[in-house]
Amino acid sequence: MSWNAGLPLLVLASSLLPGLVIFFLPEERVATRTSLNLAGAALKLVLVGVMIWGVFHGHHYETRLPLLPELDLVLRADALSVLFVTLSAVLWLATTVYAIGYLEGSPNRSRFFGFFSLCVTATVGVALAGNLITFVLFYELLTLATYPLIVHRGTEVARRAGRTYLIYTVAGGALLLIGTVWLYTLTGTLEFTARGFLSSLDESQHRVLVIIFVLLIAGPGVKAALVPLHGWLPQAMVAPAPVSALLHAVAVVKAGAFGIVRVVYDVYGIQFAASLGVTLPLAIVAAVTIIYGSMRALFQDDLKRRLAFSTVSQVAYIVLGIAVVGPIATIGGLVHLVHQGVMKITLFFCAGNLAETLGIHKVSEMNEVGQRMPWTMVAFTVGVFGMIGVPPLAGFISKWYLGLGALDAGQGWVIFILAGSSLLNAAYFLPILYAAWFKAPADTWPAERSFGRRETAWALLAPPLVTALLTLALGLLASAPFSPLQWAHFITTLEYAP
Amino acid sequence: MVILLPLAGAMACFLWPQRGVQLGLVSALGVVACVAVLGWQVVEQGAQRYAVGGWGAPLGIDLYADGLSLLMLMVTAVVGLGISVYSSGYFNRDKARDFWPLWMFLWAALNALFLSADIFNLYVTLELLGLAAVALVALAGGADALTGAMRYLLVSLLGSLFFLLSVALLYHSFGSVDIAILAERVEPSPAVWAALGLMSAGLLLKTALFPLHFWLPPAHASAPAPVSALLSALVVKASFYILLRLWLEIFPLANAALAQLLGLLGAAAVLWGGIQALRQTRLKMLIAYSTVAQLGYLFLAFPLASIIGWTGALYMLLSHAAAKTAMFMAAGNILRFGGHDRIADLDRVVQRLPLTVTAFGLAGVSIMGLPPSGGFIAKWLLLEAAIRSGQWWWGIILILGGLLSATWVFKVIGYAFTQSGTPHESRAVPVSMEWAALAMALVAILLGLFASWPLVLMEIGLPFGGEVAG
Repeated sequence: MSWNAGLPLLVLASSLLPGLVIFFLPEERVATRTSLNLAGAALKLVLVGVMIWGVFHGHHYETRLPLLPELDLVLRADALSVLFVTLSAVLWLATTVYAIGYLEGSPNRSRFFGFFSLCVTATVGVALAGNLITFVLFYELLTLATYPLIVHRGTEVARRAGRTYLIYTVAGGALLLIGTVWLYTLTGTLEFTARGFLSSLDESQHRVLVIIFVLLIAGPGVKAALVPLHGWLPQAMVAPAPVSALLHAVAVVKAGAFGIVRVVYDVYGIQFAASLGVTLPLAIVAAVTIIYGSMRALFQDDLKRRLAFSTVSQVAYIVLGIAVVGPIATIGGLVHLVHQGVMKITLFFCAGNLAETLGIHKVSEMNEVGQRMPWTMVAFTVGVFGMIGVPPLAGFISKWYLGLGALDAGQGWVIFILAGSSLLNAAYFLPILYAAWFKAPADTWPAERSFGRRETAWALLAPPLVTALLTLALGLLASAPFSPLQWAHFITTLEYAP
Repeated sequence: MVILLPLAGAMACFLWPQRGVQLGLVSALGVVACVAVLGWQVVEQGAQRYAVGGWGAPLGIDLYADGLSLLMLMVTAVVGLGISVYSSGYFNRDKARDFWPLWMFLWAALNALFLSADIFNLYVTLELLGLAAVALVALAGGADALTGAMRYLLVSLLGSLFFLLSVALLYHSFGSVDIAILAERVEPSPAVWAALGLMSAGLLLKTALFPLHFWLPPAHASAPAPVSALLSALVVKASFYILLRLWLEIFPLANAALAQLLGLLGAAAVLWGGIQALRQTRLKMLIAYSTVAQLGYLFLAFPLASIIGWTGALYMLLSHAAAKTAMFMAAGNILRFGGHDRIADLDRVVQRLPLTVTAFGLAGVSIMGLPPSGGFIAKWLLLEAAIRSGQWWWGIILILGGLLSATWVFKVIGYAFTQSGTPHESRAVPVSMEWAALAMALVAILLGLFASWPLVLMEIGLPFGGEVAG
């Protein structure tokens, strides 16, 4: 197997193999486990770096393994997949460090990190999938690998949340599978192709194609938590903080959003989808999700639940950017895929720190926590401003492009959605900041743990600070070469070029 | 050789009961090697025909191996090896003395059945198979097992009787029992219809297709774990194999209404088995009902009647054999470890058997038909066949069945993650039993990653070549 054919497989293996080894490690081998985890994460980062360089210079990385007669398992690195793979690799490293600190001394860690690695493997597989069947395969694998993480705590609540998660995702997966097989019987191919592979089909098939579109969107739509398919996400908040962080920023929710991008662009082709008349309904669903998620977030006192509803709303931005049909809005959507991930993971890390160090779970308990944990709250503040879309942070860039793109595509109503959602964002995030920095403190924290002179453990503090810095950098250096924004430009030229 | 070796093994185990385990394992390995050699021959030279004692088809006994029978032999060999390893740890001295000869005997009967080229031979081997299986069920002792075995015996005899009647009818009408010759001579006539009806009824009874499944759950649930495994994985498949063979070769023009009926019964089995499985409180009963459901999938191929449909059904058969073996083994481990298999009390047990739970989980993935697993490939093929032939409603059954199995698999798996309460008094489980279960589960998963190879194998000798396009 040549280097170009093996690289995608290596990227996959760099998290799969450590994961499998970790399953068999006894609980007390902390050092071995930690070094395996970090080595895997670092190796993946290096490999992904090589991949970025290669794809930019026009190299073709593709692994093709026979799965069924005439259907292959294809892992391919194109511009779009590289965007998502990079995001996963970077945030995996951050989350691994965080999780090591977070779970110190708790039971069942081998199991946890094993599934954690499997989960990342599945995400990378989703990103690299070169045809729809490979996508389905890794998509389902992701469902299976996340379930043990959600129920990790083993409480009754966790089990119920896990069950809800499964009901939603397995049903969604079934729809996706039906759509995929159906499509295959029509076309005989499932390869992702820039600008789609369906436009050559006969006019009489178009009604069927619309039905298949609904099936193919509903599947990933469950994971992307589009209203009304979002019910599992707030419940899944019982999972440990690193899991929620990864779930919201990269793994599950993003895999769903990424799947929608793939279906719209590389299966149907955006122009063809627009001519079928399916993009406007999709945009409306996304808009409803944005507003609904924000409204619900307003009324949550539980910090993680508030963040969860904010995710529901933010991920729909990506879908909105795609459904608006226009090059600039597409850039906005794609870049938000990365930006939202970095910002949201910061917020979840911080929420985890508060819970772990002071036992704070509710917004109403956060009075003047900024004094006690200044660094955590600085990171949190950066994340929040990014989410609201304050310039020059990352969130501003995506919203700017989304708005501009909507105007460009002649869909002015989207501007109102964006503005409304920014207001709502401010309405549910700013009170948290106000309480954290300015309100009079409570007498005691719910459950304080002492870390000497530091506000909390290093492994818990470093990841959110790094990702907060990233949020800043992504905004400030948005026009630097190889920034997500420039990369999104690069992808969009491929899709919209004449 | 493939037949004689396990037979010799059975004799040896019977004669030297103290050495039963070693002899059994040696012959198991031997059979696997022989099947491998035969497989190599078939792959190299195409379908093989062998006349025992040099007498040709109309008079003597013919053995015939094409891709289909080879595949059945192989799955039997793999599962058989797994069961042998598992049983070497499972049975105590007394039981082992009875188990090994019977098991080797059953293996010989299975191999002979898959190689038979005439329907009378099929009858003989089917009968032998049934008797050996009944004896194995009764091995557990106790009232439950005996009732289960008794019911099983009656059903088995009744099924064979129907089959024998139809063999007689066909022989009377066409003067031969050889499948190939019959396939040339057969033409629609009342006798043929009667034969087809009887034969199908008998075989359906033995394959436990809904609503003729009533005997299966008690028999499979009350038997010792390795026996349940081999019953679910192999024995019921044998009668399905005969049905498939005859359907494809002797009655290729069998009418569509019957095919639809079979499909309908299959669909009912999928749903009924799934729902019943959900309602069970005992793990082994649950797994047994899931077998009923999974057998239903196999019959969905009849109305689809296309190459993709048949291969899908066969693939389902393969992966179900591996996965269900793993599941019963895992259940056996749990039973041995905690002394019970009440689903609601599983949490204390399963957490201390990580390998077993992993085996159960992986097998569950295949049973649900989620990727990457053999079950997924099978489901994909069946779904494709359903949509291609425009009969999408069978596809919906497939999906619903998958959802039902997902529900019960996760119901059980959920306990693996619950905090355990008080520790339980427990009995150690031999390592070989845990690893055998895990190995079988891995086979089911690997079937999903290396699907092209068995699929190519199936085509050797064109077992589906003559069928009418649906």
